[in-house]
Amino acid sequence: MMTGLYVVISTGNLVKKLVGIGLFQTSVFQLYISLSKVRGAQPPIIEKPAKYGDAVKSAGEKSAETVTDLLAKIPEVTALDPASVYDPLMGVAYSNPLPHVLILTAIVVGVATLAVGLALVVRIREAYGTIEEDAIDDAEYKAEVNAS
Amino acid sequence: MSWTPEIGLVLLLLIPAFGCVGILMSGKSPNIRDGVNLIMGATLLANVIALVIAVGQGARPTWLLVDIGGGLELSFTLEPLGALFAALASGLFLLNTIYGIGYMRGTNAKDQTRFFAFFAVAIAATMGVAASGNMLTLFIFYEILTLSTFPLVTHNGDEKARRGGRIYLGILMTTSIGLLLPAVIITQVFAGSTEFVAGGLLGGHLSDVLIGVLLVLYTFGIAKAALIPVHMWLPNAMVAPTPVSAFLHAVAVVKAGVFTMVKMVVYLFGIDVVRESAVSHWLAILAAITIVIGSVIAMTKDNLKARLAWSTIGQLSYVTLGVMIATPLAILGAALQIVMHAFGKITLFMCAGAIYSANKTVNISKMGGMAKTMPWVFVAFFVGSLSIIGLPPFAGIWPKLLLFMGMTEPGDRWLVIALILSSLLNIVYLLPVSVNAFLKKPDVEPDVDAVLAKPPILTVVPPVLTAISVLVLFFMAEPIMEYLRPIFEGSS
Amino acid sequence: MSFEILLSNAAALVVVVPLLGGAIAMLLGSSRLAWSWSLICALATFSLSLVLLSGVLSGENISYEMGAWVSPLGILFEIDALNVLLITLVSAMGLLALLYGLPTIDQEIDRHKHAMFFGTFLICVAGLIGVSITGDAFNVFVFLEVSSISTYVLVAMGSKQNRQALTASFNYLILGTIGATFFVIGVGLLYMATGTLNMVDISRVLAETGSDRVVRAAFAFIVIGLGLKIAMFPLHTWLPNAYSFSPSMIGVFLASTATKVALYMLIRFLYTVFSAGQSFETAMFDYVLAPMAVTAMIVCSVQASFQSDVRRLLAYSSVAQIGYMLLGLSMGTVAGLAAGLIHLFNHALMKGALFMAVGIAGLGLGVVRISEMRGLGKTMPLTAAGLTIAGLSLMGVPLTAGFISKYYLVIAALENGWWWAVVAIVVSSVLAIFYVGRMIEVMYLQEPPKTADDAVVTVRSPILPLVALYVLVIANVWFFFDPSLPMGLANTAANELIGGAGS
Repeated sequence: MMTGLYVVISTGNLVKKLVGIGLFQTSVFQLYISLSKVRGAQPPIIEKPAKYGDAVKSAGEKSAETVTDLLAKIPEVTALDPASVYDPLMGVAYSNPLPHVLILTAIVVGVATLAVGLALVVRIREAYGTIEEDAIDDAEYKAEVNAS
Repeated sequence: MSWTPEIGLVLLLLIPAFGCVGILMSGKSPNIRDGVNLIMGATLLANVIALVIAVGQGARPTWLLVDIGGGLELSFTLEPLGALFAALASGLFLLNTIYGIGYMRGTNAKDQTRFFAFFAVAIAATMGVAASGNMLTLFIFYEILTLSTFPLVTHNGDEKARRGGRIYLGILMTTSIGLLLPAVIITQVFAGSTEFVAGGLLGGHLSDVLIGVLLVLYTFGIAKAALIPVHMWLPNAMVAPTPVSAFLHAVAVVKAGVFTMVKMVVYLFGIDVVRESAVSHWLAILAAITIVIGSVIAMTKDNLKARLAWSTIGQLSYVTLGVMIATPLAILGAALQIVMHAFGKITLFMCAGAIYSANKTVNISKMGGMAKTMPWVFVAFFVGSLSIIGLPPFAGIWPKLLLFMGMTEPGDRWLVIALILSSLLNIVYLLPVSVNAFLKKPDVEPDVDAVLAKPPILTVVPPVLTAISVLVLFFMAEPIMEYLRPIFEGSS
Repeated sequence: MSFEILLSNAAALVVVVPLLGGAIAMLLGSSRLAWSWSLICALATFSLSLVLLSGVLSGENISYEMGAWVSPLGILFEIDALNVLLITLVSAMGLLALLYGLPTIDQEIDRHKHAMFFGTFLICVAGLIGVSITGDAFNVFVFLEVSSISTYVLVAMGSKQNRQALTASFNYLILGTIGATFFVIGVGLLYMATGTLNMVDISRVLAETGSDRVVRAAFAFIVIGLGLKIAMFPLHTWLPNAYSFSPSMIGVFLASTATKVALYMLIRFLYTVFSAGQSFETAMFDYVLAPMAVTAMIVCSVQASFQSDVRRLLAYSSVAQIGYMLLGLSMGTVAGLAAGLIHLFNHALMKGALFMAVGIAGLGLGVVRISEMRGLGKTMPLTAAGLTIAGLSLMGVPLTAGFISKYYLVIAALENGWWWAVVAIVVSSVLAIFYVGRMIEVMYLQEPPKTADDAVVTVRSPILPLVALYVLVIANVWFFFDPSLPMGLANTAANELIGGAGS
């Protein structure tokens, strides 16, 4: 994590800065993923989708309150192991799928940021002919001097 | 709808506002514009006189403009002090307008419409200051006055005018936002309002230390009163055309400053509180120092307007001195000084302007013998000088007398010396101007016709009128003091 | 009937309309078509925010469950007095910026990019509203990045005028991403500690379990992350360049909304999620936030005084003004927080107006530097007057909204016994006189540029930008005389935030 941050700060090359950002973000993603692991739990994949669906359906048919009751149990279970999802219908413990979902979103965001960043670098290269920060500053300074 | 004091109070602001619009709309034709201007001045004066009479009979018209909430409101109340100030300002404004029209036409100044429009805004702001019912309202009009006179100060538009304007705005805005506004807000926080209350709003609310701090904040925040070291805007504002100088130094700006000072001491602090505060003693000494320094520097100036400006700095501090001594007599003296000095100083300024519009002379050393071509101007100047110096039978003596009588404490002895010294210095720097003009031979080089040109008639009549008023006011002091009596209600 | 559905779903629609509208706008090739469409979307968004506003003003907080998932599992949109202020502000500024933008954009951006530009702008609006409206901590991150990424693009669009826009945008991107990532780390740690992402739920769990080191680390990460987005001194270095090189319409919009929304998030986290009054939080208020705020107010005002580029001047002044808001919220009292919020609202009005006026001047006369504004009072009197009034508001002169916010800030500081804060406010206001005064002086006192035959150059300002400018200028004066709307909301919000946590 810190390696990525260090790269961002230390390098003058804009592409390398983006690499650093990528490194930084990815390590944060890993932090999230590591949260979701529950010792001894299954991967959060429902093995018998039909049965599960039926269970939910029947629960829904009973009454809406039942679903609420079931949901109300969740905090009790999560209080024991906050990072676990306990499926009251199936009676098995899963790893927490939520961080995965979050990180999926975050990856999309990260990719978008990277894309915009790279596009900017391309434009900067067109405008200045370089992607080194120092060289850009020099060019800007010279332009300033010439203008005045 | 018949006239009532309440309506008069509203008209106080509306007449100049309409006047301003009228001036802007009739800008194409100078004659109509100046007519509008004069009608505005005259109706305003009539309105103010009616108000003054009503207030004298005990009416206290009030008008709540807007309640912002949180204890903040914009409201107006006219009491004797404010009525007197309004009468002074509107009366001199009318004369000054007549004079200004003559001066501006005589010197072929540019952008006259803009000039008179801002004048109208400034007089509206002055009326607002006079009629404010609380410190917040007063502060707002105080700021409007600063902003609206700024284009007047820089009217000539050259580098010198800009520099003067920058200092003018810089000092006035910095002090008012940096010192006065916090003082107003602190007042609001601790007293729950900023309303002007007979006998003082703050009495009993604050510790001695806080009173002292507030008093300092107010005194220096009101930079329009030109106490050293916040006086530098005043000589720098001299770059303005003379009607503006007269307006700044006699009618509105500095008078609004010292008026605010009196209001602050009488209605916010209460004179008892100020009298007992240790800080006020030091401020009184500072005022005395300002009086002397102002007079000394005035002596060194050869430019007539600069000399008058420094003289104004000195004379204004009489008011500050009076309010800081804070005995009823001294306060009365301060209030009278506002009026009497206004008439004396506007006479001098208008004379200076008349001389300038006749032959572009600004230096005192070149004025020898000029009285031959403009005797009335120099007679008026002479009368004005005597009044400022404080000789009977001219109005200027009353405030000085009252100040002497008001200094009851032993520590005030030094202040008396300052007053006497100042009067002597006044003689030294004011009298020679007119005496030389009468007695010395005219400086014939290089162009005798130019030196001896006559000023426009419109610039001569007003100073003569004010000079006569100075004489009349000498006999009016008693009724004015009687009129101001109610402001001491609630004080011991 | 269908109208009622519209109303009951206003909370969702206020985000969805600009988001989808933005996507559609990008597909419309023509510049005018895209602009008209964006304007319709912005108008719809604004109307929806007014619906929400009237709902909250009638005394009810609105919560909307996304996809009908029950809280705290699903994503909840929660609207109370605090964020409805922000939502209204963002949507109103979006609308005004669009209204203002057309002529300036014509000049500043190549025509074939217009559709893309307006689309991106709408998405930025959607992102900012999303940040304000959501009650889910991770969702905040997503919307924050939606708005930020579109902002990077928008800032970079200024490159036709000045290539430095590219580097400005790149720096903004790097720092913004670092900030966002810090924020995500913080949220992750919070999730680790509490097992939930719903803000109210997190605060409930925290109140039960108390804080441990993980929570404190999370707190630090979140404050730093948001601090970067807010441009909290000394994390503000990206802001002046980003504001001053972006297209003027974007400058207007960003200056009045982007940092404000991030600031709102900070308030949300400080007061709702971490309930105020915990010892580490009080310590941060007293020893970090308040000193930083005061330093920002003074240092950045000084920096502003030395700028020669008008928009950089305004940008530095923004950082200083953010200091005022941070100062307000770092007091930790109802009065302080309310004052900060009022200033947040008022500052958006005045800075928006200032950037607009400068933009119009730039459009007519190519003004970039202060010295180029000379004689603006003659050449563009309306623009100059608008700029002056907004500038006075920035100084805090009575009769303008700026006075109200400073007044309440000073009162709050006095109540707290923070005399030094009052002094700082005063000093900073005096500095504001200098930098605003410089502009006013140049505009009114220096001779305007002359054409060859010695006539004063006169420029007719386009009407739409002027309309937008004067809406804001009048608002600046209006909210002095009737500050009940922002004040009522700010007081309610502050009471809810602090009262809820304290009891």
